[in-house]
Amino acid sequence: MTVVEARSLHAGYPGHDVLDGVDLSVRSGERVALIGPNGAGKTTLLRALAGTLRPARGQVLLDGVPVTAFRPRDRARRIAVVPQLFTTPFAFTAREVATLGRTPYVGAFGRPSSADRAAVVRAMSRTDSLSVADRRFSELSGGERQRVVVAMALAQEPDVLLLDEPTVHLDPAHQRALLSLIGDLASELGILAIAVLHDLNLAATMCDRIVVLAAGTIVADGRPADVLDAGTVARVFGAGLDVGLRDGVPFVLPLRTR
Amino acid sequence: MRRPPYGPVLAALALALLVAIVLAVGVGAVAIPPDRVLATLLGSGDPAETAIILSLRLPRVLGAALVGAALAAAGALLQGLLRNPLADPYVLGTSAGASIGAVIGLLVAGAAGFFVVPGLAFVGAILAIVIVWQLARVGPETSVVTLLLAGVVFSSFAGAIVTFFLVMSDRLQLRLATVLGWLMGGISIVTWGQLAVSAALVAVALGVAVAIAWRLDALSLGEEAAAQLGVDVEAVKRSVVAVAALLTAAAVSIAGLVAFVGLVAPHATRLVVGPAHARLVPAAALAGAVFVVMADLVARVVLAPSELPMGVISGLVGGPFFFALLWRHRAAYRL
Repeated sequence: MTVVEARSLHAGYPGHDVLDGVDLSVRSGERVALIGPNGAGKTTLLRALAGTLRPARGQVLLDGVPVTAFRPRDRARRIAVVPQLFTTPFAFTAREVATLGRTPYVGAFGRPSSADRAAVVRAMSRTDSLSVADRRFSELSGGERQRVVVAMALAQEPDVLLLDEPTVHLDPAHQRALLSLIGDLASELGILAIAVLHDLNLAATMCDRIVVLAAGTIVADGRPADVLDAGTVARVFGAGLDVGLRDGVPFVLPLRTR
Repeated sequence: MRRPPYGPVLAALALALLVAIVLAVGVGAVAIPPDRVLATLLGSGDPAETAIILSLRLPRVLGAALVGAALAAAGALLQGLLRNPLADPYVLGTSAGASIGAVIGLLVAGAAGFFVVPGLAFVGAILAIVIVWQLARVGPETSVVTLLLAGVVFSSFAGAIVTFFLVMSDRLQLRLATVLGWLMGGISIVTWGQLAVSAALVAVALGVAVAIAWRLDALSLGEEAAAQLGVDVEAVKRSVVAVAALLTAAAVSIAGLVAFVGLVAPHATRLVVGPAHARLVPAAALAGAVFVVMADLVARVVLAPSELPMGVISGLVGGPFFFALLWRHRAAYRL
């Protein structure tokens, strides 16, 4: 059982706290969507949870231990991040990119061991990306590339998977497929998954918990049907959105403009 | 994308280097055929030829090989560090920075300064990398255009300093023609002592480069991604800068300013062995060594009996190559 906690977390950039006292606790197996308007601090929260951004005040705990207290290698064996934008200027193959997920396991003069290679193959087959393994990463389609990046994160064999707008360059079918894959990972491997999502309907359909961030604080946190009501949506995202319910799952549509 | 197996590629490059060395040793005022060069290298040669080869030809050819290996490895490392295929110790002004140090070393220590010259060249190279990189850095990104501009400006500035030192110095014991030939990339100042020092520097640098190669691969995905993979980003960057400066200093101490070797060799090699630095750096070093040994050979025969500085040949080959790269990437860099 893994638990990630933020306690009165303040974080941001020198002289400016983007996060203004965030309290959050997430356990293994949970599929959490982090939503909120632009500039609310979603990416900052994700970086603080990942341990790559040091909190100004408060702390982030992984199983009770501050993430900043981990040696970077040990932290990277527990927490993996799927970043928003992923490019490399060199012609790495998809397999080479996924193999870089083993970075926290290989030593100096590191060569991937047979165990490392096996972990990469497992990760790539889970994300259905083995078929593109020997193609150039930069020549893959958006959906293929995102699956390879998730494979790289899985090759880290993490307990915690943090995703920053993983669906942003994908068409609706691929968006659904990717989030359903993350959901399977959460339920089958017990991975704790937190994804920043912009698409509220995707968040409502594919996640079992929604955390709403606005102006650096959490303003709502709970099951999609409890969080995405007309009042909260209007308060956080402003007017112009229509909220409804279909089969018990909330949906949000823009109101037609005249 | 299938790549040829790495071992045979490395073996082929090593064989090519051996052939190039034997050919280059044989060429000169007294031509020595390859079989007699090999006989001499194996210790059973004619005494007169042995004297020519061991005191004149071999140090120079091995010096050329070291220059090529060092510049190619430095180029590969700088390209990985800056996530930019146009980086190279000459273009970035690293070689020019090293040349300031080397010239000061030559002036204060004379021709025997084979510890002082690379030492001061190393200091100059580090300063050059840090200054140019800081100028071109905007947050975590490095602007290509600013990087090239900063490199050009720094090189001109360093060139002015070097010229000033050369003109002002009364203590300049070396013949001016020799020093100018060296500055233009002539492999003109090679002794066995200097070779040993440079070879040791290059060997240490290559060892460190291979040790940090995996983390440099991770860094080429971006600093944030590397940090999330557990890489100590600042430590890797410091190591790469130190190693690239060491390699550049070793090369500049022998051959002054040699353009584009650090650009051509890693590029060509990457096409064959792929971008992973643990494979790229050793293969690029061998390819660079072959390239410079052959360039020096051509430089010696093309106007025989007079000699061109080797840098003229590598520049003539590398310049168009650099233009081709700019042309291909010009849309991406908005040039």
